[in-house]
Amino acid sequence: MSKSVNFRSSLHRIDLMKLELRGITKRFGALVANDHIDLTVEAGEIHALLGENGAGKSTLMNVLYGLYRAEEGEILLDDVVQHFNGPGDAMAAGIGMVHQHFMLIPVFTVAENVMLGHEETKAGGRLDLPAARKHVREISQRFGFDVDPDALVEDLPVGVQQRVEIIKALSRDAKVLVFDEPTAVLTPAETDELMVIMRQLKASGTSIVFITHKLREVREVADRITVIRLGKVVGEASPTASNVELATQMVGRAVDLTVDKAPAVPGAAALAVRGLTVLDQFGQILVNNVSFEVHTGEILAIAGVQGNGQTALTEALMGLQTRVTGEITLDGKSLRGHSVRQVLDAGVGFVPEDRNEDGLVGEFTIAENLMLDRSNAEPFVKRWNVQRAFLSAFAEKKVKEFDVRAQGIETPVGKLSGGNQQKVVLARELGRDLRLFIAAQPTRGLDVGSVEFVHERIVATRDAGTPVIVISTELDEVAALADRIMVMYRGRIVGIVPGDTPRAVLGLMMAGETPAGEGAAA
Amino acid sequence: MSTVAPAVQPASPAADHRPEFEVVTSWKAPIALGIFTVVAFLLFVAFGREGISTLRLSTSSDLIQLPDLELPTLVTGIVISVLLLLITGVSVWMVRSKRRVPIWLISVFAVLFLIGFLVWAAAGETIPVPGLLFGSLSLAVPLIFGALGGVISERVGVVNIAIEGQLLAGAFTSAMVASLTNQPLLGLVAAMFAGVLVSMVLASFSIKYFVDQVIVGVVLNVLVIGVTGFLYSQVMAPNAELLNQPPRFERINIPLLSEIPIIGPVLFRQTLIVYIMYVAVAVVYYGLFHTRWGLRLRSVGEHPQAADTVGINVARTRFWNVSLAGAIVGLGGAYFTLGSVGAFGKEMTAGAGFIALAAVIFGRWDPIRATLAALLFGFASNLQNVLSVIGSPVPSEFMLMLPYVITIAAVAGFVGTSRGPAASGKPYIKS
Repeated sequence: MSKSVNFRSSLHRIDLMKLELRGITKRFGALVANDHIDLTVEAGEIHALLGENGAGKSTLMNVLYGLYRAEEGEILLDDVVQHFNGPGDAMAAGIGMVHQHFMLIPVFTVAENVMLGHEETKAGGRLDLPAARKHVREISQRFGFDVDPDALVEDLPVGVQQRVEIIKALSRDAKVLVFDEPTAVLTPAETDELMVIMRQLKASGTSIVFITHKLREVREVADRITVIRLGKVVGEASPTASNVELATQMVGRAVDLTVDKAPAVPGAAALAVRGLTVLDQFGQILVNNVSFEVHTGEILAIAGVQGNGQTALTEALMGLQTRVTGEITLDGKSLRGHSVRQVLDAGVGFVPEDRNEDGLVGEFTIAENLMLDRSNAEPFVKRWNVQRAFLSAFAEKKVKEFDVRAQGIETPVGKLSGGNQQKVVLARELGRDLRLFIAAQPTRGLDVGSVEFVHERIVATRDAGTPVIVISTELDEVAALADRIMVMYRGRIVGIVPGDTPRAVLGLMMAGETPAGEGAAA
Repeated sequence: MSTVAPAVQPASPAADHRPEFEVVTSWKAPIALGIFTVVAFLLFVAFGREGISTLRLSTSSDLIQLPDLELPTLVTGIVISVLLLLITGVSVWMVRSKRRVPIWLISVFAVLFLIGFLVWAAAGETIPVPGLLFGSLSLAVPLIFGALGGVISERVGVVNIAIEGQLLAGAFTSAMVASLTNQPLLGLVAAMFAGVLVSMVLASFSIKYFVDQVIVGVVLNVLVIGVTGFLYSQVMAPNAELLNQPPRFERINIPLLSEIPIIGPVLFRQTLIVYIMYVAVAVVYYGLFHTRWGLRLRSVGEHPQAADTVGINVARTRFWNVSLAGAIVGLGGAYFTLGSVGAFGKEMTAGAGFIALAAVIFGRWDPIRATLAALLFGFASNLQNVLSVIGSPVPSEFMLMLPYVITIAAVAGFVGTSRGPAASGKPYIKS
């Protein structure tokens, strides 16, 4: 037990560290991602860096971590100027980072991941795995983590993977710990636990930089808040500020955080899914015996933490998955086993969750992207020839209707902002006669203005009588849009509940707990 | 006492977070086994041959002499065919009850089929088993060196199509240097340098300039074939006595070990290069999975960005390990000239580099398994030699095909779902 006593005593270290960034400027070509940013993180505080997607938060932190080199400005630790040539230097100086996309090797064990880059060896150059295991256990114990040092990282749920990232940073004696959008992949319960961990870290003397765009979390845990917008610091805020105040500062104008929406007038069941099971190529069950219905004129939101089968479910509906069993019927006609083309022709509109990967062809122009779904049909194509004149007129109309801000319809979509790209996807998918509309993560990575626009469009589609499915990992979005909420956990439906179900209940359901009083969902 | 806040409870009561699986039943294995069983019945029974097949188990110089194994050809064929049928039946039953056919069962099937085939082909003849195995190992040596280089290179994230070129460069250089200096060891060192040189071109183009690794590899192969071919006909062949008569390595018998029945003469009456190979396999395996070097190397091949964020220089790690891989492959090239043939010949590697690449994949990027795969390929090649010597009823053109057929079947059939290093072949571009 003497070992653990030693470890405890090391907790009382007095070597707190103060971090200061002065005039950091980072450019990518013509884009100024960081424009003379000043930031001071006092020793032992939780400092939140609040800003919209694309405001330059992650760029700033990558500069701090030595991944990017700033064109101007300096980094000071305890008033000493630092020169980082890479992450190795930053780590040696006491900076640790919990990355948004975890920097873990999936096929390595926890211990191997933690030791990587500062391995201890025994005679014969043999890796000292026992020492690494012990190290993992000691840090785990200190913070009450339940992490098995010999588990493969790819087998761990994301919440535990994040703890491995924290252990990794702490094993290098990080004195300043940067959390980059740490709650994006967590359940509400895991998020609450992370908040407790952050306070524990602070109590043990670690300074924390907490990057986020979620107002609730900032107000809960931060000691000080710095708001940045379009690469510039726009001011400091107090954690006692209201949501609306923070949002206004973050976006730069007054923001309406709610969606105007009349009560739903649901009609007959349009889409019926019965006993749907989806396997991947290795036999892993992605969707497990799922049954539900969607009615005309309602929005069914599918909530759940990323990776619980939502993606596979939508892909199965679209005909993009191969190992599918069960029934899918739209207006009484079976859709299962049909090609994507047939599903589109049946009147299904689809906004994929990754618009760059699956929704658009980046090098194609706006106009070309608008006709991707009808590239084989009149009036866009006549006898193998694309009807350029018709296409241009069509594109001009759509660009105006969906408020796509671009130089012109010949601009490659890859050059547009995320919001404008998503508007192009919406313009195309809503341009057909729809009998079902599926939108997966429709506002991921968008600025607040575009979020409002997309939400309005989705509600308008519902009001026109189309059944709508919205898949989202953001509870705010689910709450804003849903008429009914279906929660998925590990490929199963946990329950289908009314749209006004409290957050706390949804949070429990997202962790797999069936709501009290609800039977198994039908 | 402590400033530590109370511990957090684990996230959810469910302890097991592993994904659920349903066995994807595949009829691939039973169908393949069924086809081979039919072939066995046709060949060993319907077209069975009368006579006695003799398998000689010892060489004349062995201390312990084992008696020859004499098997009645037809009876052996029938027994083996029935066993094969049984195994096929078991595999059908397993797939029907939604289970996977284990790899060891398929291995047993393959070995049985091979014995059956050998006995059938040797009706009325004698097959020298030590000779068959010795030849197999000889043919496998360059494949094993090539595969080791391939494993290292792919594990660090660079697809090494240029193994063929590295082998050929090694063979050429070692012949030249060893002839000039009359020192086989210097030839060996020169071969390593030649391999490294080819590797460095691959490494700099693919790591520094992000050129497609497969294309660079293919171009390098063609380049080396061209350069060695040109130098061979213009420089080497006219001065063959001076430039293409390298001294060969002497065989070294290891005391005691070389007297083990059957495997002793095969494994322990070899040249220095082969002993280096044994050490190389062991060292690469140990290094890859038990040392800092291996951990970092694998991390770079799996998730270069993660390696970068813990301070590992991805480009440097890739560059030097691809170079190291080239040195190892170069040794394999030297075996052609200093270990077996004794002189350089135009395009003498004849696709060995590509078979080595297949061994890497068949061996699932593991040095030991890749070595076993290379041995299998070597065996298939040598089987053809031995059978044509004893005058087998199968046309030699067909037998020439055998090693490649086995390669294709092996790579396509049994490793279809295996996973290589995640970032292999992908350049790491830092923004």
